[in-house]
Amino acid sequence: MYPVAYFDAASSEPLHPQAREALLAAIDAGWADPARLYGAARRAHLLLEQARTDVAEALGARPDEVSFTASGTQAVHLGVLGTLHGRRRAGRHLVTSAVEHSSVLHAGQVHEREGGTVETVGVDLSGRVDLARFAEAVAAPGTALACLQTANHEVGTTQPVAEAAGACRAHGVPLLVDAAQTAGRMPIPPGWSVLAASAHKWGGPAGVGVLAVRKGTRFRSFLPEDERERRRVPGFENVPAVVAAAAALRAVRAEAEREQARLSALVDRIRTRVKETVPDVEVIGDPVGRAPHIVTFSCLYVDGEALLTELDKAGFAVSSGSSCTASTLRPSHVLEAMGVLTHGNVRVSLPRGTRADEVDAFLAALPDLVRRIRQDAGVA
Amino acid sequence: MTEVTQPALTIDALGKKCPIPIIMLAEQINYVPLNAVVAVLADDPAAYTDVPAWCRLKSHRHVGSYELPEGGWAIHVRRNY
Repeated sequence: MYPVAYFDAASSEPLHPQAREALLAAIDAGWADPARLYGAARRAHLLLEQARTDVAEALGARPDEVSFTASGTQAVHLGVLGTLHGRRRAGRHLVTSAVEHSSVLHAGQVHEREGGTVETVGVDLSGRVDLARFAEAVAAPGTALACLQTANHEVGTTQPVAEAAGACRAHGVPLLVDAAQTAGRMPIPPGWSVLAASAHKWGGPAGVGVLAVRKGTRFRSFLPEDERERRRVPGFENVPAVVAAAAALRAVRAEAEREQARLSALVDRIRTRVKETVPDVEVIGDPVGRAPHIVTFSCLYVDGEALLTELDKAGFAVSSGSSCTASTLRPSHVLEAMGVLTHGNVRVSLPRGTRADEVDAFLAALPDLVRRIRQDAGVA
Repeated sequence: MTEVTQPALTIDALGKKCPIPIIMLAEQINYVPLNAVVAVLADDPAAYTDVPAWCRLKSHRHVGSYELPEGGWAIHVRRNY
C-alpha cells in the first residue's frame, strides 16, 4: 500500500497539528455556554473572545466586526443576504462575477426569487473578471451589494479585489469579498465591506466559517432573531472548533510567506511539466496572478471521472470540474464561464508540507494514465 | 440574420457525453474539404463549451451554435487546415 499524496487542499486542508492540540484542550476548557456568568462559562467566553481577536488581527478586521459561522458557505449566505436585507432601501440589485463560489450564486438565486435582480459579470480566458464591466455594473442605480472572490477556487486566478473595491467605494456600494481560498495564505486585499472565509481551508477544523462585517456597513440578518455573534449568526458557538481555527490561522500565518512561495514553485513545476509531457492538454488559469497552491488542467479526449479514478488508484487525491465527476450533469460553471475545456479536468491543490518528490511522482505517473485512457477510448 | 453555411458533414452525438462528441469531431473533421463546415449535434451541456474550446486549441473555427428544437445544439465548426 502506497501512501496517498493528498492534492485537494482547495477542498480541505488537513488539520494543522497546532489546531489539533488547541481543539483537544478547548474541548475540556471551552464547553460551557459563553453567554453565561459562572466560572466555566467565563472561561469559554474568554477562549472565544481571544480567538476572535486573533482571527480579526489576521484578517485585518476589528474583533467586534468578526462573527463565527458554521461554515464558509454559511458565512457567504449570511453575508450576501444579510447585507442585501440591510440595504433594501438603497436598492435590490446584486453584482457578482460569473466564477464566484456556488454559495454566492445560490444566495443570488434566493435574492432573485424574492424579487431582487442579479447581474453576473463575465471573465476572460484566464478566469479574471472584466473589471471595467464590473465597475460599470456596480455604478448602476439601485446596486445594493457587489461580490468578488480573492482567488478562484477551481483555477486559482486572483481577482482585482482592490480595484473593484475602489469602484464600489466611489458609488457607495459595499463589497463582499470571499477570501476562502486565500485566507491564511495571502494577505487579505484592502477595501472589503464584508469578508467571508472558511477555517478548514487554512488548516482549522471543519464547521467554522468567518463572517466579518466592516463597521458602518448596513447589515441585518434575514434569519429569526438570536443574540449570538452580534445578532449576525444564530446559535450556540462551537467554541473548541473556533479556538482551533484561530490556532491554525496563527500557525499558518507565521509560516505563510515561505511555505506559500515553496508551494507556488511546485505549482509552476506542474504547469510547465504537464504541458511538456502530456499531449493535447490545456493548463488553465493565470500562470502568475494566482493563488499559490492551485493548478488546473484539462486533457483533450479524456473522461474526467476515469482519470480521477486512475489517479486515485495510483495514490493521488485530486478533484475535477468535469461534469461526470460532479454531483450535477453540468460541468463546472467556472470552466464554462471561462470558455475552456471542461472534460478531462483535473484540479491539483497543494496542502502545506507537500513534498517535491510527491509532486514529481504525480508528474511521472500522469502521462501514462492519460495515454491509456485515450487508448481505451480509441483515440490514437 | 446571417446565412448559415450548409454543413458538409453532420455528426450525430446526441445522447453522448463529453468527451465522446469531441472525439467524434476530431476523428471526422478531416473527412470534409478545407473551409467546409462540420455540424456536431450534441445535447451534453459540456459540449456547448467544449466544442468551441477544442476549436481554439486546434486552430479550427467555431462558426456558431444553434439550438435544436428537440433540445441540444448544432455546433458548427469550419475546418481551417
